Amino acid sequence: MPVTFTLNGKPQTVDVSPQMPLLWVLRDSLGMTGTKFGCGMALCGCCTVHINGQPIRSCVTPISTVAGKSVTTIEGLSSDNSHPVQRAWIEVDVPQCGYCQSGQIMTAVGLLKKTAHPTDADIDEAMHGNICRCGTYQAIRHAVHLAAQYQAAANRNATVAQNVAEGDAA
Amino acid sequence: MKSNSITVVSRRDFVGGVFSAGALVLGGILLPLKGTAAATADATWQPNVYLGLEPDGRVIIIAHRSEMGTGIRTSLPMIVAEELGADWTRVKIEQAIGDAKYGSQDTDGSESIRDFYDPMREAGATARMMLESAAASKWGVPVSECRARNHEVLHAKSDRKLGFGELVPLASKQPVPKKEQLKFKSPAEYRYVGKNVPITDLDDILAGHAVFGMDARVPGMVYASIEHPPVFGGKLKTYDDAEARKVRGVSKTLTIPPFKPPYAFQPLGGVAVIADNTWAAMQGRRKLKIDWDLGPNASLDSVAYKKTLQETARKACKVARNDGDVDAVFKTAAKVHEAEYYVPHLAHASMEPPVAVAEFKNGKVELWASTQNPQAVQETVAKAMGLKPTDVTCHVTLLGGGFGRKSKPDYCAEAAILSKQMGKPVKVVWSREDDIRFDFYHAVAAMYIKAATDEKGRPTAWLQRSVFPPIGSQDDVAAKYGTFELDMGWNDVPYDIPNFRAECGPADTKIRIGWMRSVANIPHAFAVQSFTDELAAAAGRDRVEYLLDVLGKPRKIDLRPPAERKGPDPYMLDIARMRRVIEIAAEQSGWAKKKPGNGRALGIAVHRSFLTYVATVVEVEVDKGKLRIPRVDMVLDTGKVINPDRVRAQLEGASVFGASIALMGEITAANGRVQQSNFNTYPVARLNEAPVETHVHIVPSSAPPAGVGEPGVPPMSPAICNAIFAATGKRIRELPIKKQLG
Ligand code: FES
Ligand code: FES
Repeated sequence: MPVTFTLNGKPQTVDVSPQMPLLWVLRDSLGMTGTKFGCGMALCGCCTVHINGQPIRSCVTPISTVAGKSVTTIEGLSSDNSHPVQRAWIEVDVPQCGYCQSGQIMTAVGLLKKTAHPTDADIDEAMHGNICRCGTYQAIRHAVHLAAQYQAAANRNATVAQNVAEGDAA
Repeated sequence: MKSNSITVVSRRDFVGGVFSAGALVLGGILLPLKGTAAATADATWQPNVYLGLEPDGRVIIIAHRSEMGTGIRTSLPMIVAEELGADWTRVKIEQAIGDAKYGSQDTDGSESIRDFYDPMREAGATARMMLESAAASKWGVPVSECRARNHEVLHAKSDRKLGFGELVPLASKQPVPKKEQLKFKSPAEYRYVGKNVPITDLDDILAGHAVFGMDARVPGMVYASIEHPPVFGGKLKTYDDAEARKVRGVSKTLTIPPFKPPYAFQPLGGVAVIADNTWAAMQGRRKLKIDWDLGPNASLDSVAYKKTLQETARKACKVARNDGDVDAVFKTAAKVHEAEYYVPHLAHASMEPPVAVAEFKNGKVELWASTQNPQAVQETVAKAMGLKPTDVTCHVTLLGGGFGRKSKPDYCAEAAILSKQMGKPVKVVWSREDDIRFDFYHAVAAMYIKAATDEKGRPTAWLQRSVFPPIGSQDDVAAKYGTFELDMGWNDVPYDIPNFRAECGPADTKIRIGWMRSVANIPHAFAVQSFTDELAAAAGRDRVEYLLDVLGKPRKIDLRPPAERKGPDPYMLDIARMRRVIEIAAEQSGWAKKKPGNGRALGIAVHRSFLTYVATVVEVEVDKGKLRIPRVDMVLDTGKVINPDRVRAQLEGASVFGASIALMGEITAANGRVQQSNFNTYPVARLNEAPVETHVHIVPSSAPPAGVGEPGVPPMSPAICNAIFAATGKRIRELPIKKQLG
């Protein structure tokens, strides 16, 4: 049975085994290799993507459960690394080997959606499921705080732009 | 976005060369192949291997070492670009395939900068001088008046300039300056070296476009997942794949023959399931019914093994270093202190498990691999397939971590063997379980130390024994004693003690072992730095003051064997530098002000490895058996630094890696089988367990560059355990700490 879902804003249909995890559908069937394999058991966070805006572990998510839902991967975050989290990651030069970083970023994006200004404790709570064997945790913590500022600034600008637009309309 | 991504390209693109016909490709750059096999064999002193200039102004720099997170793909090209006077934004970095002409590509031993700093400077300076003389001849002015800067050559007097690209045709006809004629920039003129330069792959990584070994794809490729014999040295008897072949996507099963001892880099053998995607191959594997001959190691047991090693360490062993007469002092000593230490087997567990794509075609093999050593891939694959190394082309992808594991290309040979059988490109993907159960583990070590002390508690005699299986046993089954491992924090303990003896005990190993980030420095620094702390504690003395006292006065120690002491050694062990890192660490951590209390205390350790001096102060907080590490201060003196931001990153990473070793890392075997398999049974430090803050202090230095990737690791576990002792009075002598805090 083919499964249809939305992938980074576009409709996508695949015909694979219904149990096949979303991770391998993305990587092997669709060639979207930004999402990584690290453990296959929801232990490391490398495979984190968003389903309907929520971070999930794609290595344990059968494709059948994704039908009709909206999936966002690292490739869909922005076309030019302009997402506040990506910008913060650039500013801090977070990655070492980089392998875990798409998972880290997708988890951080999820955190900042829920909690606009996370505390260190919030970051511990949200991010401890993502292992980085290179040990970039300190840089990640720093970058999440920075991303929160970027996001707040972007929201402010968006509000201003909207007010201006509404002002123009009126 | 700048893009220097590693792409999977066809053989033609590489063999045809990355440079166009009109490019300036240098002649005459000699590259010192220090101690590598390639240097002696045919002495291929290939010119022009690292740098080319295109007539369109592009500067192409070849990265010949593997990028596994150290930033080397950025830092070495920075050196070339600096000396060339290039504009970094117009530099394109190309990853080299495995080829002896580049010198050693074995990216380990923290030696990329150390060994290639000079060749990279020479490549850049040579091309710069040729560009300058091209401009001078064009303008008819003295070359001394022409200067290359920012991708142009300038003649200030007449206010003229020419871009590098325009000069390429003429520059390539200039005589190549000899090495002694090369003029280098003064550090004051540096635009890149010594500055923080973002890694060249940053944009691709953050966009999800970077190509790791896991991401390599070639047309027509199939996927393989391999069931290895559950016990090292086991063999396949029979198997039934009827159920496996029913899994959707599975096409076939194949076998890989068992290895012949010694292990070397050979595949372990087993049954491979081939499928049209990774997951199907892994699912098919679960359905295999295999009857194994478990072989000679089926009773291997870590508890018994540990006992054997510890008993060996309690008796006299082979003497590796002997100063004065420790026995005479022990006989009459008023005070003697002794202790035993133990560090277990450890797994590398890089986030990306071993992975490689291979295509066997017309008697040749082409690979795309996550490897630290493409030349070893050529040799290992050639040997497994009965080919010549030059019949094997190895493209190097980005590595999702390596830590020493990916210097050993058994998984690449697996892919090549399967591709030949399939007649198609095959991608071998190891699962996390494969990675942890079939690693080349960091070797265990059991250590014993005994010291006699004077009335101030200062050692007058010191005896230490280390018993561990040597990595040499992987190539020679008869090897029982460590060799190079003894130069890793054992024979080179730089204490000022008149009577000092270091011994090494025999050990064999049934499971595969190998080098892991800082290798034998891990157990040796743990034992020596813990024991020093014990002596200081017994004497009731301040640890920093005691450590400086035991190191003694500033002096230089030549560690080369007497026969090799010809000419100056720029890397002599310098006690002044060692003392300085300790003093700075004490200052930066607030050592004098922070007194232990409320389960909170500081601990210190110092260690020199890979020619770099590191002192580490760790602050711990122990509350009801729970350990937190709020702060780490690491001070390193590594000589010249190319990219300080990446040096800091390596040390921050070493802080976390070292904390994993101290807190939780342990591989054990029972009934011949490794008992850990994934991050639930082999935990590594997570964000909420790792040191919260690691402050890195780089000692400014103009000494020749040393190593950075590894030296941060060894002092971590003793500094943590010394801090725990200061906080709680509990002395940890065996790693991991795990539940020892009660
Ligand atoms: S691969 Fe999914 S959590 Fe590790
Ligand atoms: S950057 Fe290498 S695993 Fe995180």
